[in-house]
Amino acid sequence: MGDSQYSFSLTTFSPSGKLVQIEHALTAVGSGQTSLGLKASNGVVIATEKKLLSILVDEASVQKIQHLTPNIGTVYSGMGPDFRVLVRKSRKQAEQYLRLYKEPIPVTQLVRETATVMQEFTQSGGVRPFGVSLLVAGYDDKGPQLYQVDPSGSYFSWKASAMGKNVSNAKTFLEKRYTEDMELDDAIHTAILTLKEGFEGEISSKNIEIGKIGADKVFRVLTPAEIDDYLAEVE
Amino acid sequence: MQIFEYNGSAVVAMVGKNCFAIASDRRLGVQLQTIATDFQRISKIHDHLFIGLSGLATDVQTLYQRLVFRHKLYQLREERDMKPETFASLVSAILYEKRFGPYLCQPVIAGLGDDNKPFICTMDSIGAKELAKDFVVSGTASESLYGACEAMFKPDMEAEELFETISQALLSSVDRDCLSGWGGHVYVVTPDEIKEKILKGRMD
Repeated sequence: MGDSQYSFSLTTFSPSGKLVQIEHALTAVGSGQTSLGLKASNGVVIATEKKLLSILVDEASVQKIQHLTPNIGTVYSGMGPDFRVLVRKSRKQAEQYLRLYKEPIPVTQLVRETATVMQEFTQSGGVRPFGVSLLVAGYDDKGPQLYQVDPSGSYFSWKASAMGKNVSNAKTFLEKRYTEDMELDDAIHTAILTLKEGFEGEISSKNIEIGKIGADKVFRVLTPAEIDDYLAEVE
Repeated sequence: MQIFEYNGSAVVAMVGKNCFAIASDRRLGVQLQTIATDFQRISKIHDHLFIGLSGLATDVQTLYQRLVFRHKLYQLREERDMKPETFASLVSAILYEKRFGPYLCQPVIAGLGDDNKPFICTMDSIGAKELAKDFVVSGTASESLYGACEAMFKPDMEAEELFETISQALLSSVDRDCLSGWGGHVYVVTPDEIKEKILKGRMD
């Protein structure tokens, strides 16, 4: 990794035992656009704000929620370009698993491998940690699953979680609203309400993105028309 | 001197009703000389998955060790046993890695998959999978085994009858092959138990 002149790690311990670069990476995540995820009894939903730099940006070309496999999707808070790199690596790992075992990769395994990549970038020469936290939503033989992966490489399984600018309000809202036996459609409504909580301006199908996966094990990003339907139901 | 016929071997697997049987001969030879009469060709990967390897004995042992290694890591990482179909894909990939300097073995894989459905397959030494619904054979006695199995096999046999059938097929086939024999080793696996039996045949 990196130039031969930088074969030492740039991420070094501070006297208090912290890795300051990772703390800064988490700050980068914390100032990114809010994203959140909810695990329902029969599926998972992930959603994010999609605030564009200006009205001249072609919003149809911006896709923050990405597929990793047909049954696993992901969204991020933080630096978009870092997210692109991670998505590319994760997709490759998922395909390698499929080629070896002819079986789709379980969600936990893909999350673990992605987290391993992120950890490697905190302990290699000449590189910096990734400035994104990921929310990975998938449905496999173990049922619906939602994982968060941090720049340090640690990962957690969540019933519901949020990241980015509005994280504390969103998490408080989710703690109040979340129930274990929620169905997927209820979860989508709750996700929209949570996004609305800290939203600056008018929420619409043009400035949020929602992805869901149900018992059919197919991850889909909702079309703006579908988002409009859900928004109308929430009103 | 044919390298696949250096040690001599016979392996066969058959599908029954919610069960399978896998059997092999016990001779280890160096061309015409018999070295051992208790050579282990079939190995357990987990309670519902067995692999029998025919061909060059050193590769049989090494390949088995590599596969057990991979499966143990898989079990630790994924906290579950490998499905037989998945294991077969893994074996195929490992064999193809050595496409231009192959392991000189032909594996026979037999296992119980989801819902205890029996699964068998064989492949050549570079990983070409051959799935079958009834029986698979490999080794120096394979031609005789094909004939015997074709004649004796019936679908949906219970464990007892399956044991008898596979044993007869194995013993009659290895008797026609000078490089394999010296008894048989049979495993009959049902969802609840594994029955292992040693057969006494013509000891030559």
